[in-house]
Amino acid sequence: MENLLELRDVSKAYRVGGLLSRIFVNAIEDIQLELKAGEILSLVGESGCGKTTTGKVAVGLIKPTRGKVLYKGKDIWSMKKHEFKDYRKDVQMIHQDPYSSLNPVLTVYQILSSPLFRHSIVQNKEQAISKIEELLELVDLTPPEQYISKYPHQLSGGERQRVVIARTLTLNPKLIVADEPVSMIDVSLRASILNILLDLKEKFGVSYIYITHDLLTAKYFSKDYRLAIMYLGGIVEMGRTDKTINDPIHPYTKALLSALPEPDPKVTRSKKTMQLRSLDVPSLLRVPEGCRFHPRCPFFKEGVCDKERPRLVEVEKDRFVACFLYES
Amino acid sequence: MKVSRLTQILSIRGLSVEYLTPRGNLKAVRNVNLDVEKGETLFLVGESGAGKSTLGLTILKLLPERAARIISGKVLFLEGERNLDVTELKGEGLRRFRWKNISMVFQGAMNSLNPIMRIRDQLYDVIQAHGMKISKKEAYERMKSLLDMVKLESDRILGSYPHQLSGGMRQRVMIAMSLLLDPKIIILDEPTTALDVLTQKNIMNVLKEIKSRLNLTMIFITHDLSLAAEMADRIAIMYAGTIVEIGEVNQIFYHPRHPYTAALLKSVPRLSSEIESIESIPGSPPDMINPPKGCKFHPRCPYKHEICMLEEPLLKEVEKNHYTACWMDNDGKSP
Amino acid sequence: MSRTTFKSQLSKTIDLFKLIFSSKSGTVGLMILLVYILMAAFGSIIRPLDTMPRPYQMYLPPSLEHPLGTDNQGRDTLSYIVNGAFSVLYISFVASLLSVGIAALIGCVSGFKGGKIDSTLMYLADVMLNIPQFPLMAVLSGIMRLTDLFLAMLMGVLSWPSLAKAIRSQVLSLKERDFIEAARMLDLGTRHIIFSEFMPNLMPYIAVSFALAMTYSIYNYVGLVFLGLVPFTAQNWGVMINHAWVLGGIYNRDSLLWIISPIAAIIGLEIGIIMFSRGLEAVFNPRLRT
Repeated sequence: MENLLELRDVSKAYRVGGLLSRIFVNAIEDIQLELKAGEILSLVGESGCGKTTTGKVAVGLIKPTRGKVLYKGKDIWSMKKHEFKDYRKDVQMIHQDPYSSLNPVLTVYQILSSPLFRHSIVQNKEQAISKIEELLELVDLTPPEQYISKYPHQLSGGERQRVVIARTLTLNPKLIVADEPVSMIDVSLRASILNILLDLKEKFGVSYIYITHDLLTAKYFSKDYRLAIMYLGGIVEMGRTDKTINDPIHPYTKALLSALPEPDPKVTRSKKTMQLRSLDVPSLLRVPEGCRFHPRCPFFKEGVCDKERPRLVEVEKDRFVACFLYES
Repeated sequence: MKVSRLTQILSIRGLSVEYLTPRGNLKAVRNVNLDVEKGETLFLVGESGAGKSTLGLTILKLLPERAARIISGKVLFLEGERNLDVTELKGEGLRRFRWKNISMVFQGAMNSLNPIMRIRDQLYDVIQAHGMKISKKEAYERMKSLLDMVKLESDRILGSYPHQLSGGMRQRVMIAMSLLLDPKIIILDEPTTALDVLTQKNIMNVLKEIKSRLNLTMIFITHDLSLAAEMADRIAIMYAGTIVEIGEVNQIFYHPRHPYTAALLKSVPRLSSEIESIESIPGSPPDMINPPKGCKFHPRCPYKHEICMLEEPLLKEVEKNHYTACWMDNDGKSP
Repeated sequence: MSRTTFKSQLSKTIDLFKLIFSSKSGTVGLMILLVYILMAAFGSIIRPLDTMPRPYQMYLPPSLEHPLGTDNQGRDTLSYIVNGAFSVLYISFVASLLSVGIAALIGCVSGFKGGKIDSTLMYLADVMLNIPQFPLMAVLSGIMRLTDLFLAMLMGVLSWPSLAKAIRSQVLSLKERDFIEAARMLDLGTRHIIFSEFMPNLMPYIAVSFALAMTYSIYNYVGLVFLGLVPFTAQNWGVMINHAWVLGGIYNRDSLLWIISPIAAIIGLEIGIIMFSRGLEAVFNPRLRT
């Protein structure tokens, strides 16, 4: 089966320090990603690792400085206008902040009907209302009549996020990039949002790229699928979710898992923390030479890890790691 | 609240706080009774709107004057023979009390450092502002030792500007700042929210260390149950402005008695367990301007009965040191 | 079909008024403006201009017949105020409409498009900001005959730059918001994004700017008239102030009402405009509605 979406050698650089500066910073570098229809890929990493940039590149909002973004095999930046329009409809994004992803001066009806009218999915108001009610029911905002004339500020965070999901569904997308969809939602309400997204996959075969800093929700969401760990602009490990979490390979993944607190006192208090070489968190402005993780890595080998950057290699079937410990 | 009277350091009695909004009065904290023991680490856990931040701010009487009102209750700081009611303090007395007896690290504190002042000047400002009568040399010694305690290189940090430090470092500076006047109690409001996992672990370790070294009493406010699992002695679960369950850490995690606590535990995904599914709590938090009658959790509670809709239950003891506010006599598991 | 749309339009307008009346400011402002608008529309009919000089009635105190007293020639002051309302309202409205209209268009295009278009437009705005408006209009009045309409248009065309810059910065900040990104992702089209997503968010700002532009152009106009730089009629408020000033209206206690009336009329109008625009806040910003 061919890939639905593929990122090949994608890098994105930003100019730093004013219009005439010559300094560039790579927000992401040499990203390789592929996703088949009906699959879920979680992109996990901490703030500044480039996961949001990767998401925006996948969705076509940002043009990569290098590399290709292929949708159904075609490079989106070389597509003809109508091909790109199709891609645009097929690939949508959900943002993190339910408070700023809805236009505060428009009602739910206006927000959801705009794309429906624009793309001639409905012809008149009655059709629009019925379609919108359908969508609201899909995201568990029932009874839909109650929500249709509300303004965003009259809805709770969880309700807003559902309206956002309903909005992405108006164009019947094949792939949704969800950027931290539940980070700003109360803990006890997260599961319902994630379950709605998973339901949509069952019903309509939507594929997902799920971006988060929370390994635990990633574990839940991309269960039976794949997970990629990002650090300072690059992917350091990628593979099946359960394997990556139960048997991590890359030192950074190991460090993450050992530092993750768990809602179980006995477990979390007896967890062995991995000691890192340095407590400093490097910034994208000064990415370390060689392996990005080497200043903190307990397995650091002088002369090797600080010289060249390890590439993502397949060490087992479907398991990839960028680390010199594992390079042949 | 049977915490030993001899070792209590803070006693909150019948505290109620309201915010004045155009739509009506928002009952943010309702009739909270809480005793804090000297040297313990108490976690106030709850989701947004539960009232935990408001409670924390009230302990230091830091509420915005015109927007919030303490309706009733006392916050008693117990020092040997005398009891000081924070809610009665004003002006100079209040200023002298704060930071010296109880201090606070606020949410997003690491962003409240003055960007155009060096760290050492900001720390020195705090010492001066609270009238600590020590020489400049002694002040610097103190600053250095505190920075060391939070694992920062004092030489490097003191001369830096905030933007030169990472988020985690700034947070540690804020923690050091809150300890400058040697308080007995430190309140921390979501101190690790904006930080990444590795840095968070770091900060937690730092906090554990200073707690044991200085024998500090810590009140930790968070929505993250996992942090409580890591560090709490006791946990108070807050919902709709009041404490619905309070007990020792193992009691709360292993035999929760309030349906909300149990549901909360079920909604958090775990790393190492066979529990594959997480469940949301149906419905949403109540409107605290017009809260429902009776138990505030009843609209979402799977065990609700007639009485839950009419009268609000008070905290009652279910085990030694373990209290819950629920009419049902169940053990928090599904029927 | 048309009946339902009429009904919905009617209910929408009723809702609009309900919102305005929900704020004290808006209600009072609307009342004040209505007074002025009625004055402008029907004033000349209800209280025609009193042109007959009656020196024996000079500087009469306020009475039922002459609520604002009389001027230095015994003419009814109120009739002058009432008849002068129209030109003030007309000119400031046209000038503000033009000014805000141009500013909104340029500000939006500039902020949204960015790049060379943005730099060019803002350069143009900066150049125009350096042109002193008042002296320019004074000079032009010496060269050509400035009719009311022309004057209004001139004021409008000269005063868009600062507002355009302000609108542009609002647009720049709105541009980064997630919901705009979402609109782009849904391929809603530039025109839709500007008019249906941006504009409603800018309306509170534009409404207030319109109100301020009106007060500003009223001052400009009255000032120009006061200085005798534009053609005027006797009932023009600026002229009234001028006459009263020049003819010594401030030196006599009885004549104070003569000079204060037009000033109060101007201030009253501006207060009405500002209060009304505050009342419009709830209309444009759903978050302020309870």
